[in-house]
Amino acid sequence: MTLLRHTPVEIKERKALSINPAKTCQPVGAMYAALGIHGCLPHSHGSQGCCAYHRSALTKHYKEPVSAATSSFTEGASVFGGQANLLQAINNIFTVYEPDVIAVHTTCLSETIGDDVPQITDKARQEGKIPEGKFVVSASTPSYVGSHVTGFANMVMGTLKGFSEKTGKKNGKVNIIPGFVEPSDMEELKRLATAMGVQTILFPDTSGVLNGPLTGEYKMFPDGGTTVPELRSTGDSIGTLALGEWASAEGAKYLDSTHKVPCKILDLPIGLKATDRFIDALRMITGRHVPDLIAHERGQLVDLISDMHQYFYHKKVALVGDPDQVIALTEFLTSIDMCPVHIVTGTPGKKFEARIKEITKDSPFPVNVKALGDMFLLHQWIKNDPVDLLIGNTYCKYIARDEDIPLIRHGFPIIDRVGHQYFPTVGYKGGLRLLEKILDALLTRIDRDAPEDCFELTY
Amino acid sequence: MSTIAKKKKAVKMDPTDIVQDLLKKYPTKVARKRAKQIMVNEAEGATTPEMGANVRTIPGIITMRGCTYAGCKGVILGPTRDIVNITHGPIGCGFYSWLTRRNQTHTETDADENFMTYAFSTDMNENDIVFGGEKKLKQAIQEAYELFNPKAIAVFSTCPVGLIGDDVHAVSKEMREKLGINIFGFSCEGYKGVSQSAGHHIANNQIFKHVLGTEGAVKVGEFKINLLGEYNIGGDGFEIDRILDACGITVVSTFSGNSTYEQFATAHNADLNTVMCHRSINYVAEMMETKYGIPWIKVNFIGAEATAKSLRKIAQYFDSPKLTERVEAVIAAEMPDIKTVMDDVRSRTEGKTAMLFVGGSRAHHYQELFNEIGMRTISAGYEFAHRDDYEGRHVIPEIKIDADSRNIEELEVEACTENYNPRKTEEELKKLEEAGFKFKDYAGMIPDMPNKSLVIDDVNQYEAEKLIEIMKPDIFCAGIKEKYSVQKLGIPLKQLHNYDIGGPYAGFKGAINFFRDIDRMINSKVWSYMKAPWQEKPELSATYVWE
Ligand code: SF4
Ligand code: SF4
Repeated sequence: MTLLRHTPVEIKERKALSINPAKTCQPVGAMYAALGIHGCLPHSHGSQGCCAYHRSALTKHYKEPVSAATSSFTEGASVFGGQANLLQAINNIFTVYEPDVIAVHTTCLSETIGDDVPQITDKARQEGKIPEGKFVVSASTPSYVGSHVTGFANMVMGTLKGFSEKTGKKNGKVNIIPGFVEPSDMEELKRLATAMGVQTILFPDTSGVLNGPLTGEYKMFPDGGTTVPELRSTGDSIGTLALGEWASAEGAKYLDSTHKVPCKILDLPIGLKATDRFIDALRMITGRHVPDLIAHERGQLVDLISDMHQYFYHKKVALVGDPDQVIALTEFLTSIDMCPVHIVTGTPGKKFEARIKEITKDSPFPVNVKALGDMFLLHQWIKNDPVDLLIGNTYCKYIARDEDIPLIRHGFPIIDRVGHQYFPTVGYKGGLRLLEKILDALLTRIDRDAPEDCFELTY
Repeated sequence: MSTIAKKKKAVKMDPTDIVQDLLKKYPTKVARKRAKQIMVNEAEGATTPEMGANVRTIPGIITMRGCTYAGCKGVILGPTRDIVNITHGPIGCGFYSWLTRRNQTHTETDADENFMTYAFSTDMNENDIVFGGEKKLKQAIQEAYELFNPKAIAVFSTCPVGLIGDDVHAVSKEMREKLGINIFGFSCEGYKGVSQSAGHHIANNQIFKHVLGTEGAVKVGEFKINLLGEYNIGGDGFEIDRILDACGITVVSTFSGNSTYEQFATAHNADLNTVMCHRSINYVAEMMETKYGIPWIKVNFIGAEATAKSLRKIAQYFDSPKLTERVEAVIAAEMPDIKTVMDDVRSRTEGKTAMLFVGGSRAHHYQELFNEIGMRTISAGYEFAHRDDYEGRHVIPEIKIDADSRNIEELEVEACTENYNPRKTEEELKKLEEAGFKFKDYAGMIPDMPNKSLVIDDVNQYEAEKLIEIMKPDIFCAGIKEKYSVQKLGIPLKQLHNYDIGGPYAGFKGAINFFRDIDRMINSKVWSYMKAPWQEKPELSATYVWE
């Protein structure tokens, strides 16, 4: 029996009905970004349901505690505004949970009502509800605009707005906005920068927050996260590298226009070429030499591509996920002669389609691409033109099983496998891991399907 | 509060002092409010003070609760497979309620409809919020109809919908008339009520109004019941169905595990309503009795003994020696296996302690299972239940309707002119009652709780951690949001919403599964690995120095 049995082969245009979304809403991205501030409690200004959903989604993805508070709107707050709720929440949070920072994001509800969070925060400050040395930052994150990626970008921006200062004295560091990537990826970016001898301020930084150890101790505010002094200092950095246009560009542009910290917007460093550009950019900005260690890792990645090229060559791939991730993956796959043929992001943005078309313009196969698309459409495309591999989040497993296609889990949320917390996909090492996964998926399939007469021992 | 470490031994403290300790850190107003929702259970005979429940969560206090939409779309309608459920709102709400509750469903072939694997949403954008989303909703319904040709479409309102004034009921009505299939809406905006509980009510009311009783009888059987408030998490419903089937009892409908539209539509043909989760559905049982003359009883299929008791109760109601005999035969056949596992597990769990904070009935029901393996519940409470679920149905007349409950519609129900049919005569009822049979009876959680245990409503993260620190239970039961913070302390957390992807836990086979899972969790080796050798013995002893 099939799981998605009502999905027809024939594609009809839909104007109003979204089916099986390839995106979710802004606040979950904002909550994720806020967890990358050390000592921060994210706060959802709206009804408690959104917060419960967002915490659950992040918890399932990371298998880690995710604390966040909510303004718990009831009908009254929805009619008269949520000021009283937020003031009370701020007071309660600082009294009971004692974070250093509260990062408030809005929801559809408080946005529709028109609550002015910065103004309410000011009032809280005036009323002495924000203790000395503690902070409240905020971002407006209405989910009827953009997607979870937009929410991430908005919270990055809101935090930088709330903290960054320019003292006039450069700190010699490079800001890195890593994009909506995993804690493991953030760790890897720091490792690469350190290997180059570059001092960085990476924000947000969820490493050490959402991939913590089990030691018999529970820290509501774990050791990881970008610290407040670091966030302040972002205005004195020598430059900002924004990784991923959708998730990171805004924050970087803000630092550029407000504090004259020049920025460079790069793709997520997933795969060979994008990692090359990232390393090269670090080199150019700081004037540092790229150490042999990094050149060695790069060489290993090239080596693996060459060793196993025959298994990648002209394999068709369907891809779904966030724009920054999907763009980088499409480039990587294309660079190893795989052929992404169906490409969907749920996040809106015409630029996405243009970029994908540019990357795949020499593809031997026709390429379908859609921003603001959904998995229902992706599935229909696959039915019409089958693929060898599917890459996307956990929800893809319904398509993978129905169509009998190997699936590699990538993106958000991954709630049925682990690994993303610990093993990066950025950098050359990340590239190696991705290739290992791709090969494992493809070769396992060959092993499964090969007739006994020509079952191979060696690949 | 920031860091809590596992302490070796539970601190011996008087329960009243524990309560004071829980409240100590709160701002005065918060402490006053929370004090009404925390109490020490008194010994039998002494009267238990009124339990504060179904009241607002305090802003900023990290709650376990979700929203009305979640209760309506996720809990009640989620497990029904052949209705196209469209979330009217921005994308998030629909996304998060997509396949996330582990409701299992059984179809025979691909020809059977099953929309549970799909998430349908109007994905409202800014334009829809500013200019209204009714047009888009109509179009979405039209598209769903053309693509899937379902027998019914349901529309769920999320928070912004109520505010911008979209009338989902008018749109549903218009489209129902246009398309000729049943289409109905739910005003289940997340801000209504104080928890999921309001959503259950809104959902059930609409099913009662728009679906129940609209189709004739289909299932035949001598002993026909409905199972209300069973959601087939992890296959619980399948196990209960297996047992009932073995007993020769026909389940006309389940609200709403493994259910179909037709089950709801024909539910009025059952002769007895059995209520599992009292919180989420007791009012439907009440309304069905008024409208169709079907009596209801409380049952509980969580726990082997409780299951046996519930089966006997059903048999007693039908008053048929044949049924009684069969029920006894089934119980007799199932019990030996359970007993073997129970005794074995008990040898390792006897005397251990549990805390349960979940839902509207599970925090009560699961105490049975723990009792069966010799474990004591030292603290428990619900996430979204009402006073009657704590203190028993006798308090219902005393419960004051506050502003948050007032916006949940109460249906006026009268006897159905066509289908009202009292299933028992006055005499029969009297006879049953004289024999100790109790209709519409639920005594709540509190009478079953040990003396001096703590009952806490809408427990929050702070209180939960404090409780663990002070009382150090051997296992803590809650949900996904609580799971990993508790486990960081080295205390296993059993999820009682999704069973940690285990289960079923209901019925006889379920009891065995539960015993084994608890045994595995409590006695897992992993809890001994938390300290590295150099942390256990930091001193460098001479023997370790190289010669
Ligand atoms: S917006 Fe409202 S309906 Fe949606 S999840 Fe949040 S509280 Fe629930
Ligand atoms: S889409 Fe809006 S209303 Fe729904 S969960 Fe997200 S923030 Fe809440």
